Amino acid sequence: MADLYISSDVASEGEMAAVAVVLGPDDDALVVEHERVVRGGTRRRHARRNLLLPALHALQNHAGWISPGGLNHVCERLQVPPAEAYGVATFYDLFRTTDPGNREAVTHVCVDGACQMSGANELLAELEAGGARVHASPCLGQCERAPATFVQGLAGPDLVPADSLPYTIPQQGDASLRLLRRIGVVDPTDIDSYRHNGGFAALERARELGPTELVQLVTDSGLSGRGGAAFPTGVKWAAVRAEVDTGRSAHVVANADESEPGTFKDRVLIENDPFSLVEALLIAGYATGATHGWIYIRGEYPLATARLEKAVAEARTGGLLGANALGEGHNFDITIRRGAGAYVCGEETALFNSIEGFRGEPRNKPPFPTTHGLFGEPTAINNPETLVNVLHLLTSGISEYRTQGTERSPATKLFCLSGAVLTPGLYEAPFGITLGELLEMAGGVRGDLRAVLMGGAAGSFVDRSFLDMALTLEDTQKRGTTLGSGVVMVFNTEDDIVAAVSRIAEFFRDESCGQCVPCRIGTQRQHEIVGAGVLDAKHIGLIDEMAAAMRDASICGLGHTASNAVQSAIRLGLIGAGK
Amino acid sequence: MNNSSVTITIDGETVEVDVGRTILDGCRSAGVDTPTLCHGDNLTPSNVCRVCVVEVEGSRTLVPSCSRPAEEGMVVATDSERVRHSRKMVLEFLGSAVDVSQARDVDHDSDLSVWSDHYGADPTRYGDQVAKSSAPLKREDDLYVRDYDKCVLCYKCVEACGDDAQHTFAIAVSGRGFDAHISTEFDAALPDSACVYCGNCVAVCPTGALQFTTEFDLRKAADWRPEDQHVARTVCSYCGVGCNLELHVQDNTIVKVTSPSDHDVTSGMLCIKGRFGWQYVQPRF
Repeated sequence: MADLYISSDVASEGEMAAVAVVLGPDDDALVVEHERVVRGGTRRRHARRNLLLPALHALQNHAGWISPGGLNHVCERLQVPPAEAYGVATFYDLFRTTDPGNREAVTHVCVDGACQMSGANELLAELEAGGARVHASPCLGQCERAPATFVQGLAGPDLVPADSLPYTIPQQGDASLRLLRRIGVVDPTDIDSYRHNGGFAALERARELGPTELVQLVTDSGLSGRGGAAFPTGVKWAAVRAEVDTGRSAHVVANADESEPGTFKDRVLIENDPFSLVEALLIAGYATGATHGWIYIRGEYPLATARLEKAVAEARTGGLLGANALGEGHNFDITIRRGAGAYVCGEETALFNSIEGFRGEPRNKPPFPTTHGLFGEPTAINNPETLVNVLHLLTSGISEYRTQGTERSPATKLFCLSGAVLTPGLYEAPFGITLGELLEMAGGVRGDLRAVLMGGAAGSFVDRSFLDMALTLEDTQKRGTTLGSGVVMVFNTEDDIVAAVSRIAEFFRDESCGQCVPCRIGTQRQHEIVGAGVLDAKHIGLIDEMAAAMRDASICGLGHTASNAVQSAIRLGLIGAGK
Repeated sequence: MNNSSVTITIDGETVEVDVGRTILDGCRSAGVDTPTLCHGDNLTPSNVCRVCVVEVEGSRTLVPSCSRPAEEGMVVATDSERVRHSRKMVLEFLGSAVDVSQARDVDHDSDLSVWSDHYGADPTRYGDQVAKSSAPLKREDDLYVRDYDKCVLCYKCVEACGDDAQHTFAIAVSGRGFDAHISTEFDAALPDSACVYCGNCVAVCPTGALQFTTEFDLRKAADWRPEDQHVARTVCSYCGVGCNLELHVQDNTIVKVTSPSDHDVTSGMLCIKGRFGWQYVQPRF
């Protein structure tokens, strides 16, 4: 591709400098000296393409948009066709490809769920009237402090205004906590503080066990994925290990692209205890034999990203990462990648495409990530909460680990409580706690309970008849709902639930990647019907028909779940005739 | 069964399929009609249109038959209620959002409307207030026209322009969701883009969204008469590669040039000379 066609637009010096910070001053995919190509080739080009997303971030941050000249410069350096790079840039909510005409930071205001019910739209209008550049954003992952804002910086860092205040979790100091026990206790910026609070003991224990026993332990523990799909973690790790044993190179990925509306658990965990994720990823690398660790964190989490970057740097300085990090001949290092505003990138294969520098479109499965994941190589991809579970499992042993929860849903779960409860926030509770008990933990319902959204936008609404439901994988499934990523969003009788359901339909319409027909057009039609507000029997029948096709024929989980909340709201009579 | 093939069941019939071939290949050899839209024999399956989905026992969702390799013992249903419903909805969704009046099932050489009728798709039931794709007609040169109101986003043109054939990468999908569309960088006009005018994107387009100007103008004048056309097969005279050309001739005038997608030299792909360089055959003075 030496003859890549690049238009005549050129980058400004500032844009070039910003890109150089990410790509290095002279480390191009293609190097030409005089008439001769001295370094290049397909392999080198492929090895550099995954820098496209960081380079686009650099352009966006420098100029407030991705200009034709800036895009050309990046394309030339990485040898990516400009049309493809433009396709990538236009995929993400945090990137602009038109000149904003001014040089101001943009304030994003979350208009989903709890924020929508807490006056987000009024705040948006108020900020705009005050002359600020604003953007109505999908869930920003700060539902416990609604309405949430995020300031996308210009030639400076991004910022979450609420981060300037000290953060506490409601259960702070509770000695029975497992996943959250270090929060508020440990200094998240100091590796020594982490060590003094029991850090790296699990890694030590893992290395005593050896990879085979370690994978077996995780399998026996019954640990399953906490991102929503609840896939058995041990099975995943064993599958990647088996591939590595045949000589293949492998990856472990922490999926911290937490974008399910109502979810903020990984943000709180990473901001306040980042070393735990680093340690857990090291353990995953040790167990599977992977040599590359990746953390894909959503772009709207500046504090969590900064804390993680520091943690990874300290771990590297301390010799925990790098050559022979996991024993003689087992190199391991961690790369952090920021998302750029795309819910669908939380889907594992879309996330791989995003890291690789392509549009975040999900891949058809099979093949599965354990054999064909990131860069086509075996990959174990886990949610941060799932990974951090392994720390407690290792330090306390399997019998202690299983003392809480149920046989099929062992141990504890993080629950993100938001909306109409007295004390919204992140709670850790054993699987099996009832929904009513959990709401009491959060101080009880503010006002009269109308409905609870379980599992986020991809989950479903339940009403007060579910208060006795035990929160386990098996019980929620039996009752036709889901734990999903642990979202428990509470609506009272004062809340405009019709608007909330309509917004959920809009959310899926906005976040569909557009690749497959059922989801691309189905989410649009669903939003049109729900948004119009007239839901007679004919419309409800149509929604059910569309839902069946999206659930059956879409490529990925986004399309499969895009009708769950809408259909459950109709079943409960939250929307529909007379509403 | 032997090592080079697998045995699967399609609608109750036992079918042998070569290892690595897809369920769709199995359907074809079993004589089971399966609609396709984004599929092309000369392209990597993008499996995005989902009109070819089938039910596979043990699979939670339907699977795209065009891309899923057949596996030993698979039990496939192509005409179950679930399959019929999803196919109907896909056709209905497309009809409600895009001008599919010229869309074709290329594999069957039939109008897509045949399948819409077969499955009872009724795009009108979403009402007339629904969002439709609304892109201005792009006519930036004399060779072909881009009418994206007809685009179903099958990805075939992107694949033909990219690493399935031409390796020019002039176009890609941009935007997201319902607003996703085919575009050059910053929507630059084609003559200012990387486009080399091979016309391979036009050749693979199943909907008429990309059309040779000759065909477009004749259709506009209501004078496009495929029934009156004959196809003359010849070898391109520009170089020694040996590309076969099919000259589509109407009223003794070449109206478009294609190449057979199963031809072992071209796989249906040509360069600008073979595709568009035929004016000398019929000089107009």
